[in-house]
Amino acid sequence: MSTVATSQIKLTPERSRPSVRSRLQDALPKIVLAPSFAITIVFVYGFILWTIYLSFTNSKTFPSYVITGSRAYQRLWGWTFDTDPPSSWYTSITNMGIFGFLYILICLALGLFLAILLDQKIRGEGVLRPIYLYPMALSFIVTGVAWKWFLDPGLGLEQTLHQWGWTSFHFDWIKNKDFVIYTVVIAGVWQASGFIMAMFLAGLRGIDGEIMKAAQIDGATTFQLYRRIVIPLLRPIFLSAFIVLAHLAIKSYDLVVALTSGGPGGSAWLPSNFMYEYTFKRNEMAVGSASAVIMLMTIVAIIVPYLYSELREKPR
Amino acid sequence: MSAVATPARQASSGMSTKTLNRIVIYGLLALFALFYLMPLFVMLVTSFKTMDEIQNGNMLALPKAPTFDPWLKAWGETCVGLTCAGIKGYFWNSIKMVVPAVLISTMLGALNGYVLTKWRFRGATLVFGLMLFACFIPFQSVLLPMATILGSVGRFGVTLQNSVGTSFGLGNSTVNLVFVHVVYGIGFTTLFFRNYYEAFPTELIKAAQVDGASFFQIFRRIMLPNSMPIFVVTVIYQFTNIWNDFLFASAYAGTGDAMPMTVALNNVVNTSTGVVEYNVNMAAAMIAALPTLIVYVVAGRYFVRGLMAGAVKG
Repeated sequence: MSTVATSQIKLTPERSRPSVRSRLQDALPKIVLAPSFAITIVFVYGFILWTIYLSFTNSKTFPSYVITGSRAYQRLWGWTFDTDPPSSWYTSITNMGIFGFLYILICLALGLFLAILLDQKIRGEGVLRPIYLYPMALSFIVTGVAWKWFLDPGLGLEQTLHQWGWTSFHFDWIKNKDFVIYTVVIAGVWQASGFIMAMFLAGLRGIDGEIMKAAQIDGATTFQLYRRIVIPLLRPIFLSAFIVLAHLAIKSYDLVVALTSGGPGGSAWLPSNFMYEYTFKRNEMAVGSASAVIMLMTIVAIIVPYLYSELREKPR
Repeated sequence: MSAVATPARQASSGMSTKTLNRIVIYGLLALFALFYLMPLFVMLVTSFKTMDEIQNGNMLALPKAPTFDPWLKAWGETCVGLTCAGIKGYFWNSIKMVVPAVLISTMLGALNGYVLTKWRFRGATLVFGLMLFACFIPFQSVLLPMATILGSVGRFGVTLQNSVGTSFGLGNSTVNLVFVHVVYGIGFTTLFFRNYYEAFPTELIKAAQVDGASFFQIFRRIMLPNSMPIFVVTVIYQFTNIWNDFLFASAYAGTGDAMPMTVALNNVVNTSTGVVEYNVNMAAAMIAALPTLIVYVVAGRYFVRGLMAGAVKG
């Protein structure tokens, strides 16, 4: 891709000595970009290094800068697997696994399903789409108030169904330490699946109608059409949606706070909640930092290959 | 399963399956619409009910005698922690934080996008990649250092206050949050503008350069007048994100008078003195949701475009 900058470079070196003014003009774009870049380097990458450093100290209430080795990590991992009841970190990563897996899977399935339904020349699509998507525009701190109420056995769904005459109905997951994480899954799916639907719908709209027509003429049933032709064509969307969901899942924080306040005995914690609690409430800064580093590494493993492939100079 | 696939040669029996298919599809779509709308609906109707009606009635029923009192109470009287002056102050806190943060981060994003596409230099892609990655980090990995820095800046502000008489806003929680949101927002805003300007004809800029237009003249006269759609997308995206933020807000303004709306709401809901007034809680939640909800209703299309731009390379 030819750009303005390159054409300028070609012009300038031939001249004897460019004036200060024109040299300033040439550097101006970089000067304009510099503050943002510097901010990113210091406040993102510098701070990440700082957090990594802290995770190797024994900082408690206040940061300490004496390296004491990987004690925080050893505590995180050593602490955990055998204790009964399980430790907070063990709970957090188990929850992360359950939540991440179900959240991504259900959002993908539901998003694709809704997108396919909406793509059948539906009247009122313009009304339905925004309804499916609005949860993404609201803070979960807000909608969590309603969800918490809805899932509360004494007030919400259970109570309503009892009033309607189904008195044996029992639904107290939100108060049950073994099931509370599944309520977080329900709420998370509710929030993000509409967005995933929109991604798939955009993908479906981008598929060449000729291919569909040709397949129909060949006698493919609708099911075959979607399974054999449409869904394979949507592969790039699956990848993007997976990346978005994985990264949302790891960053989920207010979902747990608003819905469960951490759940009974911290049983709904995700690593993000663990980090916050240990760093700011339990005065275990080094342990909190170590958990933040582990979260970051997980994201890096998912995002960096993706960004690299997206940004790599494509031959034109 | 769908109308598209029913070949025309299937005669009358085909017509009836076709109709049945349509009914099933519309039924499913309506069912899911109810699922997505349910929490908002419950919030809305409950916020207009009296406590009596909530305790004895059905949560899905419409209010029998709609009352606006819960809204008034949430706005002006309800307790956030120990202060009982409603959430109005916190609402304005959020406004004071969101407006400058959105404007600054959007302007910076526009300039960055302009430089990164139209004034490319060696390493521009790397610079962009580094800024882009910043969008994806879990903020937990920068939370603590930022808290430390903001703490020192705050102490410096106090020193200034004592010696010079003004702290220049240093240590002010709202200023801190504006700063934090700008820092961790420019990755997104730069991404939006870069992708938009990438498709902008470079010939126009070349022509302007030949005519002697400077860097800023080109930006002001050529780029800005043609950037309206992406400005709308970016402003809406940033507005929604910053208004809805909870993590930074609770870490850096979790107590005191400067807390933004989301933190205050969470406190209202979790204040457990006396009877829990669900109607007031729901009204408070609705008030907190209104700004983003209005933006979504008015300009939802642009909001979705912003979300998509963050996910798929535009």
